[in-house]
Amino acid sequence: MSSSSSYNSPCAACKFLRRKCMPGCIFAPYFPPEEPQKFTNVHKIFGASNVTKLLNELPPHQREDAVNSLAYEAEARVRDPVYGCVGAISFLQRQVQRLQKELETANADLIRYACNGIPSSAAIPGSNNPVQPVTLRQRAAPLEFGGVGRPIGNEGGGAFYQAPLPPYPYPYPPLPWNDNFGGDFNGGGGGGSM
Amino acid sequence: MSTISSRCAACKYLRRRCPPDCIFSPYFPSNDPQRFACVHRIYGASNVGKMIQQTPTQMRAQVADSLYFESRCRIQDPVYGCVGIISLLHLQIHNAESELAKVKAQIAFLNSDANREPSFRPQLEGASNVNNLWSAQSSVEQHQIGSSTTHGPLAFM
Repeated sequence: MSSSSSYNSPCAACKFLRRKCMPGCIFAPYFPPEEPQKFTNVHKIFGASNVTKLLNELPPHQREDAVNSLAYEAEARVRDPVYGCVGAISFLQRQVQRLQKELETANADLIRYACNGIPSSAAIPGSNNPVQPVTLRQRAAPLEFGGVGRPIGNEGGGAFYQAPLPPYPYPYPPLPWNDNFGGDFNGGGGGGSM
Repeated sequence: MSTISSRCAACKYLRRRCPPDCIFSPYFPSNDPQRFACVHRIYGASNVGKMIQQTPTQMRAQVADSLYFESRCRIQDPVYGCVGIISLLHLQIHNAESELAKVKAQIAFLNSDANREPSFRPQLEGASNVNNLWSAQSSVEQHQIGSSTTHGPLAFM
């Protein structure tokens, strides 16, 4: 982490806020002066004081990731003022559901092939049936929009969410996201390491 | 002529009078105080008001709902917020695509065997392929997102 103020160059936040960038500025490590748009977006959506509060509630080793995810959300909201990141979540959920249906169909086809290829007299060691009945185990459960659940298996900040709330019937928004969603943003300029 | 009981959740939270044209009241009803508390905590009242104000009326409910969703995600996960969910979905898509590719390969294998030798029956071999498929799936299922340095929630950015 570099301290912009030690080079007499204010960080992007202090430049934007037109104030002196003091040593120990909470923003300086995460908003370098070369990336003014990052702080501009974050300030526009969350506000500098809210970001300060959020960062102060986190241990220092998690702050860079927090800033990068805030920058990502802020940019998503600037691009899509109505849905923000939620638009992307809806899009990705539909992809998951489509793939799950394809997987179910393909598994059914596979079982049909396997059954047709094995005569009924053939035995698999340890089994009474030539083909084991197939069930899809532990399908990737799509997150239902509008639901925010408790994280389970929370390890080091990454969380797996289940959706306890009923799905929210969002109409399909016009999608600013393409299939490469996630690669279009430059919100990760801090190079988050985890 | 607002009575105290007709204030919206935002004006109750902010301890102010709720005017007839309050920007918050259609989207933050008084019977759900938690909703405004969440968005206020993450975005602040003035930012929420601005974002709603700048949106055409017919889309404002969606703005309020999506802000509520994102703020709840951020409260639950102060480091990654809803970006953690996006990361999870990317992982699910990746896993599902891998599984699909494996199953299609299995189908192609069985199909080519059937076409090659009509009398050839991939008996135990076919069944063991199915069993191998399930053990491959369970090994993929054990993959978790979390503190892994190569597959953390921000790895897709």
